Amino acid sequence: MVNKIFDSVAAALADIQDGATILIGGFGNAGMPHQLIDGLIEQGARDLVVVSNNAGNGDTGLAALLKAGQVRKVVCSFPRQADSWVFDELYRAGKIELELVPQGNLAERIRAAGAGVGAFFTPTGYGTQLAEGKETREINGRHYVLEYPIHADVALISALRGDRWGNLIYRKTARNFGPIMATASKVAIAQVREVVELGELDPEAVVTPGIFVQRVVKVA
Amino acid sequence: MQKRDRNQIAARVAQDIPGGAYVNLGIGLPTLVANHLPPDREVILHTENGLLGMGPAPAKGEEDDDLINAGKQPVTALPGAAFFHHADSFAMMRGGHLDICVLGAFQVSSRGDLANWHTGAPDAIPAVGGAMDLAIGARKVFVMMEHLTKTGDSKLVDTCTYPLTGVACVSRVYTDLAVLDITPQGVKVVEIIDGLSFDELQKLSGITLLR
Repeated sequence: MVNKIFDSVAAALADIQDGATILIGGFGNAGMPHQLIDGLIEQGARDLVVVSNNAGNGDTGLAALLKAGQVRKVVCSFPRQADSWVFDELYRAGKIELELVPQGNLAERIRAAGAGVGAFFTPTGYGTQLAEGKETREINGRHYVLEYPIHADVALISALRGDRWGNLIYRKTARNFGPIMATASKVAIAQVREVVELGELDPEAVVTPGIFVQRVVKVA
Repeated sequence: MQKRDRNQIAARVAQDIPGGAYVNLGIGLPTLVANHLPPDREVILHTENGLLGMGPAPAKGEEDDDLINAGKQPVTALPGAAFFHHADSFAMMRGGHLDICVLGAFQVSSRGDLANWHTGAPDAIPAVGGAMDLAIGARKVFVMMEHLTKTGDSKLVDTCTYPLTGVACVSRVYTDLAVLDITPQGVKVVEIIDGLSFDELQKLSGITLLR
């Protein structure tokens, strides 16, 4: 019997290694897998590369992981926010590396990894600082920048419901990076508010088919 | 001469957004445009975190943490709305499916280069978000900005001194003094506020304007 349901966050995260590249879902706090992040802080893996849209808000979630000193590098589109003081302080102290990526390039680089695309030409960022040193090409009169996929060891995402095959549906704008991050990692771990029986999710409405998900854990 | 205030600039932008348009309003000043779209004009608002058919802010107490806009403020979803993931959301931009986006700016150059994401200050922590994708993605890029900086310098420039967001991407600029089109021939004045002459506008602007 295929059963991807894990009994606890700790069990789902137990084998994450030091130095891992981790995709973390969420746009601000919407879709942020808070319980998985808290579990990762407890698990203690260090020297991590975290790929996420933001670099933490307030003192919880991703900000708490940064504060715990477990992250070597952040790959994100929008680190600086009114409440990103944890990242700001680490960055100014030179204690964390930042790779800034335009949001659509971040999404597409993750999508490309999941879809087996080796690299792609995108018009976004052409002629800007964020494309400096990158290969460019003119195609049909338009300028493009070559961008490479972002593969990860682990994805931590948040969904509304999941079943034991790993099928997921999300809730409103909390979907954001979840579906693409699940595809781009060796081990995609989804925290869900509800685990349902096989067949309860309408196959016409499944957003992430279970093939992309390795572990599902219910959180309060 | 009465300069346009932020709401008047937003109202002027709204005049140029036709019914049926798919539109992204950038965070900050451009979000004001939504308040000036007449209720009987069906404009479909896109927010890059994954929603088409975005409605106004919810009533107090009705906020939903899972339903926010690109500025991370609570919003609502109108009947007909759709949610989608980030790669689809940015395909809507990059793929040229959005009719219009409205952005703020530090500077716009005479060939339509846009600078709006980074002041270039050495101690500033850079953050770009979706600005570069929006700048090159939407079919028309409208910019809303004050004509002059606080120190009186023109924000219309020959060459941007701030780091670029996109190259030759701006279609039209709405300021507190004028509406201007970026054309292959140069920057053409579409309208000027009452009480300001073309010559006076020219004197305030850092670039040569076309009538």
